[in-house]
Amino acid sequence: MISVQEQDFNQQEEYDRLKCKTSVGAIVTFTGLVRDINNGQSVSDLSLEHYPGMTEKCLIDIVAQAKQRWNIIESTVIHRVGHLAISDQIVFVGIASQHRGDAFSACEFIMDYLKTQAPFWKKETMSDGQTQWVDAREVDQDALSKWAVK
Amino acid sequence: MIKVLFFAKLSEQLGCRELQVDATAVENTDQLFQYLIEQKAEWSSILTSQFCLKAVNQAMVNNNVLLKDGDEVAYFPPVTGG
Repeated sequence: MISVQEQDFNQQEEYDRLKCKTSVGAIVTFTGLVRDINNGQSVSDLSLEHYPGMTEKCLIDIVAQAKQRWNIIESTVIHRVGHLAISDQIVFVGIASQHRGDAFSACEFIMDYLKTQAPFWKKETMSDGQTQWVDAREVDQDALSKWAVK
Repeated sequence: MIKVLFFAKLSEQLGCRELQVDATAVENTDQLFQYLIEQKAEWSSILTSQFCLKAVNQAMVNNNVLLKDGDEVAYFPPVTGG
């Protein structure tokens, strides 16, 4: 399941959806939240813009790549857009597989690719009321290198 | 027509989110860029920045790409989701 949405998501509902088959032996989930600090500056809220259409295609492609590399029984990627407050949930990746190794790897792979490929952009409002677009970080690009096919 | 989209910081810098370009005026993405900066010279440095990425029909491209009527071209900064 892939969804780009404004509304919040429920961890229990997403977990239950991943747990739907009796062959599932491992579920790994990741949740990204809005932090109150970025680069040492105090953040008061966040807005997320995306490229409708391309975003969904990109997420479908990332999950398809993960399914080629690991044994995945069910997968969920949810990314929120629009206005978000501190501690709000931004992104959810959940992987259900037979064994934990596939679930851990696929979940991390999807997050690493999502952060560098999917067309989302964050704009922060700082505590002094100023707004600024978040810059892409090199560490996110570096994280991709560990998934290079050798 | 070719639909041209700008997103995030880039659209704010350009003061434009979307425009339409006559498909007979441009054959490829290089010509589209030339067409855009002929209309607005001040866009040149923004659209040639290393921080400006390009997608044609919702797929990232690096090189010059042929365009046809109905295509969609987007310019945007490096992504920061997740």
